[in-house]
Amino acid sequence: MAAPLVLALLVAVTVRAVLFRSSLADFISERVEVVSPLNSWKRVVEGLALLDLGVSPYSGDLFHETPLIIYLFHFLIDYAELVFMITDALTAVALYLAVQDFNKAMFQKQKLQLELNKYAPDTTELLLTPLDMYYIPLKVAVFYLLNPYTMLACVAKSTCAINNTILAFFILATVKGNAILSAIFLALATFQSLYPLTLFAPALLYLLQKEYIPVKLKSQNFWLYTSQYSVMYLGSLGVLVCLCFFLLHSWDFIPSVYSFILSVPDLTPNIGLFWYFFAEMFEHFSLFFVCVFQINVFFYTIPLAVKLKEHPMFLMFVQLAIICIFKSYPTVGDISLYMAFLPLWSHLCRFLRNIFIVSCVLVVCSLLFPVLWHLWIYAGSANSNFYYAITLSFNVGQILLVSDYFYAYLRREYHLTHGLYLRRKDGTEATLVLK
Amino acid sequence: MGLLSDPSRRRALSQLITRLNTPLCIMSYIVGLAWFFGLSFQPFTLRTYISENAMGSTMVEEQFMHGDRALSYAREFAGFKKKMGGMPVAWLEKTMRTLGLEVYTQSFTRILPFPDETTERYMVKGTNVYGILRAPRAASTESLVLSVPCSEGDSNSQALGLMLALASYFRGQIYWAKDIIFLVNEYDLIGMEAWLEAYHNVNITGMKSSVMMGRAGAIQAAVSLEISSDVITSLDIAVEGLNGQLPNLDMVNLFSAFCQKNGLLCTIQGKLPRGDWDSFSTYLHSLETTMLMVLKQGSGRPQGDHGLFLRYHIEAITMRGINSFRQYKYDMSTIGKTLEGMFRKLNNLLERLHQSYFFYLLPSLSRFVSIGMYMPAFGCLILILVLKSLDLWMKLTKSESVEEDGVTDTEQESKPGNGILSLVAPVVICHATGLSLYYLPIMGQHLATEHFPVSESEAVVLTVIAIYVAGLALPHNTHRVLTGAGTERGWMMLKLISLLYLAVQLGCIVLINFSLGFLLAVTMVPVAAAVQPVGPRVLYAVLLIVVTPATTLFFSIFLYKELNEYPLSVLECWQLFLQAIAGGMLDHYLYGSIVFPFIAFFVYPCWLQLWNIVFWK
Repeated sequence: MAAPLVLALLVAVTVRAVLFRSSLADFISERVEVVSPLNSWKRVVEGLALLDLGVSPYSGDLFHETPLIIYLFHFLIDYAELVFMITDALTAVALYLAVQDFNKAMFQKQKLQLELNKYAPDTTELLLTPLDMYYIPLKVAVFYLLNPYTMLACVAKSTCAINNTILAFFILATVKGNAILSAIFLALATFQSLYPLTLFAPALLYLLQKEYIPVKLKSQNFWLYTSQYSVMYLGSLGVLVCLCFFLLHSWDFIPSVYSFILSVPDLTPNIGLFWYFFAEMFEHFSLFFVCVFQINVFFYTIPLAVKLKEHPMFLMFVQLAIICIFKSYPTVGDISLYMAFLPLWSHLCRFLRNIFIVSCVLVVCSLLFPVLWHLWIYAGSANSNFYYAITLSFNVGQILLVSDYFYAYLRREYHLTHGLYLRRKDGTEATLVLK
Repeated sequence: MGLLSDPSRRRALSQLITRLNTPLCIMSYIVGLAWFFGLSFQPFTLRTYISENAMGSTMVEEQFMHGDRALSYAREFAGFKKKMGGMPVAWLEKTMRTLGLEVYTQSFTRILPFPDETTERYMVKGTNVYGILRAPRAASTESLVLSVPCSEGDSNSQALGLMLALASYFRGQIYWAKDIIFLVNEYDLIGMEAWLEAYHNVNITGMKSSVMMGRAGAIQAAVSLEISSDVITSLDIAVEGLNGQLPNLDMVNLFSAFCQKNGLLCTIQGKLPRGDWDSFSTYLHSLETTMLMVLKQGSGRPQGDHGLFLRYHIEAITMRGINSFRQYKYDMSTIGKTLEGMFRKLNNLLERLHQSYFFYLLPSLSRFVSIGMYMPAFGCLILILVLKSLDLWMKLTKSESVEEDGVTDTEQESKPGNGILSLVAPVVICHATGLSLYYLPIMGQHLATEHFPVSESEAVVLTVIAIYVAGLALPHNTHRVLTGAGTERGWMMLKLISLLYLAVQLGCIVLINFSLGFLLAVTMVPVAAAVQPVGPRVLYAVLLIVVTPATTLFFSIFLYKELNEYPLSVLECWQLFLQAIAGGMLDHYLYGSIVFPFIAFFVYPCWLQLWNIVFWK
């Protein structure tokens, strides 16, 4: 299995190297869909220049990355292209290993359930088979490496690729059951972009499951483990923050990174939902609506965690997607991470209802972004409404994709316990309806 | 989402799509076409009106009356031009300076990728001369442009004379709030491109030009003037710019308003406006005008020197003086008055023209069709592709025998992944052909001239045609390398991909250039929806050849000449066809027109995929 992975890595690196050398690289690194004010490479270079001059990189209003990134590239600036190719490769390998492990766990769980006769008798065709699962890790890696979105992010040298690597390592550590590493990587990811905070819930649930600790509010074990994990998480977060303070000798980075993420002052158009809305709004309402918009990311975690507490990996996937849709400065690089998980759920295919339409919508919207941008900014014949309309439909497409997978997942679980062929009380065939 | 999540309704909807697919497709094609033809029917169109407030009320009184001075300038210029055998730069500089303008020159050189035979250009070396009239009432932050191309031969000296007379008259007025640039550009579009690139300090097309010394702020609007006779019978307006971009409709309104005020006869596409709308012949007349506009816009070629301004966010039109056999003639003073009025109105602008429409079709100068009106026609055509691909998708998932409700047994013969892998070869081959269509002709021209008795430009055009035709003979059964034999599912999958691909392409191009997208959609969509490797394959193949972009170009030229009341024989049409190919490529390399690369990279490969389907075994 290693050989195809290496081949995929080689292909991916070659394509990236070619793109880096082509004239497209400049064009791509300017696209608002690919870089946001948070992760644009131009701004990182600017921050580095300020640092070299002995000025705080946060003194202007350009640089909004964390101090870690700037110190990383302080040493690696000459090898930036290489760094981004390597981070992509690392992400893919981490995802590969994580999915491999997760598949094993899932298969064992299924075996256990079968032995306990938890499944309805006529559901054999719903069960996972080793043959189907054999290629899934490879597919996940390939989906990440050869996804055009990933390539765009890599070629634009968007630091989003580094965040993805951290998240992938976090997932790997969680799946391997290593609580301390998982907490450290989660703290790193949170430190980098704040929103992975919500991944605390799925990680905790996964680790609890791994330790065979039931999720009960009255159980002592549960609270013990939870507090352990949170202490590890908060501890490493504290260490990171202090580390950055000692590196820079100032707290400048806190407002410059986190309030920049939370209060959304930069309204450059992107593929998110924020910019248009706040560009149109009267100033004195904006605080209220910022709160409303930001709550979206965090709000769904609790109901989803309650509903999916037995399936933390799926919760992780849904949560990643939600972060990507509702975060304040989304880029296509964020999408590529959760899209990499789609092959993992290929057993849900038969329950997906709108996958064809949704994928068409996503493809069409991605292609219309540059067209409408051209019409708006260069030709001057269209306006921001055209671009925002596409942004909206792109996000609606993403939401439909996630909810379709969510529905399919619940439906499969239902069929596994209740049998595939449902009968009504009068004996006719019944169908499940989501309302 | 009730419609999509309720299984029984979903089933009803999918049955509707599969059972009634062909009638629905035919109906939407007819509706689309009818809608388009209905656009020229006068009751369905809107009257044009000036929506920019700053240009609204007519408070301007024109006082220009130096028509004879314009003519004397024109004669002097023509004399010097003849003597110099080119543009008399020194004379222009001297004359403009005596008029009180700040005069600058800008020299440029451009080597064409291959010799242009129609205008006999290969290495172009020229000079643009421009004079700036500084506005007394404002800092030089905004400006207007009046440009006159200095073409070869005798033509256009009257326009230059009028420009100089206007400059001298404008110089004496005190109300200017925007600088006015009087520009004489050599080698028409190439010179214009050089000037614009230097003015905005960008280099897009590989033009070499001298540093520009004088600027006058952001250009708000531009008018390009072409007059080649002492008196004219009517003024024609050209709006279509590079890549089918159009100026703000207010520019057109401004032109027609002032023509009416001065009693000038004004035309669009060379067609006179007609008063009555209830007769069939009037409908045909405005349909012809619309069709001419669609064909010109679809070509993506600038229809005058104004066409290059549009890319820089500058609203611009070209005004052409026509001298035909009509009784009533207008002299230079009247045209000068019209221009004076237009410039004074533009001078009043407080912000860029943005109030009115940017996407429109003009059935006549006083009527327009906006984007909201014409897009449904295209939407109906695209709907065919969507319906057909939905139908194919359902058939594909059915044969995998998973019902849409998910609750049925699976008996998979071949895995869907396998089917997709076998399609990689044909898709890659089609795109490689497209790439070679784009790159080979220019790269191989010298090789071709060494071995064959042809000139460079002939070599380029013939190579394009050769590669285009050779694409048809490419191996069509490459998909069999992997599977051994083509399956029913294989061609359905390929067709599904091609249909979606075509829909996306057309959807993108129609936003940039409606006419191009619509012309391609009208021809390609029905055949693309119909082709399959079973049934009358020869008929499908013939139909495909009839709708290939090259044939569409051929018929478009024919139609264009027919509408201009200048019928052609097939041989002449063929000549024009060859010229159009060379012209299209030059437009791409010189000005950045996207039509040629769009056809080569996207439409042609997609068409080849459809061709592949017909010969699927």
